[in-house]
Amino acid sequence: MIEGLDVIWRNLPFLMIQGFLGFGTFAGGTLRLAIPSIVLGFLLGIFIGIARLAPVWWIRVPATLYVEFFRGVPLVMVIFWMWFIIPIVLKTSIPEFGVALAAFVIFEAAYLGEIVRAGIQSVPRGQVEAATAVGLSGTQSMRFVVLPQALRNMIPSLVTQFIVLFKDTSLASIIGFMDLTKAAQVVNNREVRPFALYLFIAVVYWICAYSMSRYARYMEGRLNPASG
Amino acid sequence: MNYTFDWSVLWKGQSGEWLWLGLLTTLELSALAWLLAVALGIVSGALRTVPWKPLRMLATAYVEFFRNVPLLVWMFFWYFGVPPFLPLGVQDWLFGHGLEFWAGVSALGVYSGARFSEVLRSGIQSIPRTQFEASVASGLTTFQAYRHVILPVALRLIIPPATNESLNLLKNSSVALTISVAELTFQTRQIETYTAKAIEALTAGTVIYLVLCVSIASVMSWVERRTAIPGLIGGGDRRGRRGARG
Repeated sequence: MIEGLDVIWRNLPFLMIQGFLGFGTFAGGTLRLAIPSIVLGFLLGIFIGIARLAPVWWIRVPATLYVEFFRGVPLVMVIFWMWFIIPIVLKTSIPEFGVALAAFVIFEAAYLGEIVRAGIQSVPRGQVEAATAVGLSGTQSMRFVVLPQALRNMIPSLVTQFIVLFKDTSLASIIGFMDLTKAAQVVNNREVRPFALYLFIAVVYWICAYSMSRYARYMEGRLNPASG
Repeated sequence: MNYTFDWSVLWKGQSGEWLWLGLLTTLELSALAWLLAVALGIVSGALRTVPWKPLRMLATAYVEFFRNVPLLVWMFFWYFGVPPFLPLGVQDWLFGHGLEFWAGVSALGVYSGARFSEVLRSGIQSIPRTQFEASVASGLTTFQAYRHVILPVALRLIIPPATNESLNLLKNSSVALTISVAELTFQTRQIETYTAKAIEALTAGTVIYLVLCVSIASVMSWVERRTAIPGLIGGGDRRGRRGARG
């Protein structure tokens, strides 16, 4: 027990600064990967969500196929696809960070797109009609009337999905990205204290994910009376 | 892009056999983990709604701890961390009978159980409290009320989100490749290693996962229609395949 704590204490800078934050000699960092993945995945998700509701079939059908495809395939598979297909298409290899980022953005956009779609559908139709009546174009009413209200309604589900994405970044370690999980693996190879090390990183992940989920619940509580 | 396709790698040599074995391992791993997850989910999901606080807290602690940590970390934890603390006899048996497989079942089952628990809890909470009060008033004990009134209705209400979670479990079983369980993704990688034909190998694996997910989803939507509770608008969340995954 004491030895386990000692191992963690001695390797704490490597685990947290290199593995969790991503500053150090190796390309890595759980947060460094999670934050851009969340931002870019969400932006792509907004487009996918809107495309799912497009009035013309040649936008709606591809968007639906995109969502259904990625929701039927494991993320590990998508990471391997990116890992092998990016060098073939670009004719040059890119760092693990780029591979992992591409995989997470493309994959999570399918899930985030469904949340955006549900959020847009939760806005009363009268809002669009009113926007049209005061002379806004289709794009303008989406941009200024529908999306702001939809985004408010989706905050709880969005945060829940962001937590999922945050946890999923641990899978970047399978292609060698030095995130928190990989850092623990590296330390464990040297020190052989698996119980203490994996429990420690479990607690680090837990603290982040749990505080995000408390926030989601708090937002849910604040939004419900207003919308009900 | 100068990549020469050679789809024959999928049926020449051992590829076919590997894919088949991988599929079987994925199904076996998922089925066992699913049983564990459903058992844990039902027990803890029900406990989270009972009137006695210590039980509620115990179940909540289980759910919040296990579902907020990545599955990959649990895989390593169960595979590397737990076995040294088991009795020697159990250790010997595990090392002889595929330790990685049983570690994978435990990790996937306990993790997904926490997620099933949330599904079940929301199902139970969607049943009006008066149903429970009426059961107690008519002389049932708390256990009997859950067994004969609350759970039979809740289990039918949660079919869509539970299907969603089951599909997540199936897809998440691919994470077991990290502890070298020879499941479908692992075998796909193996074909790639032996033939250097990445696109063909990944296509085969991807198509198998898609077919599995689509067929399970269609079977379950049939079950959902068969067991729909008359008189409810949708029998729960109609668009059950929506929602979080992890």
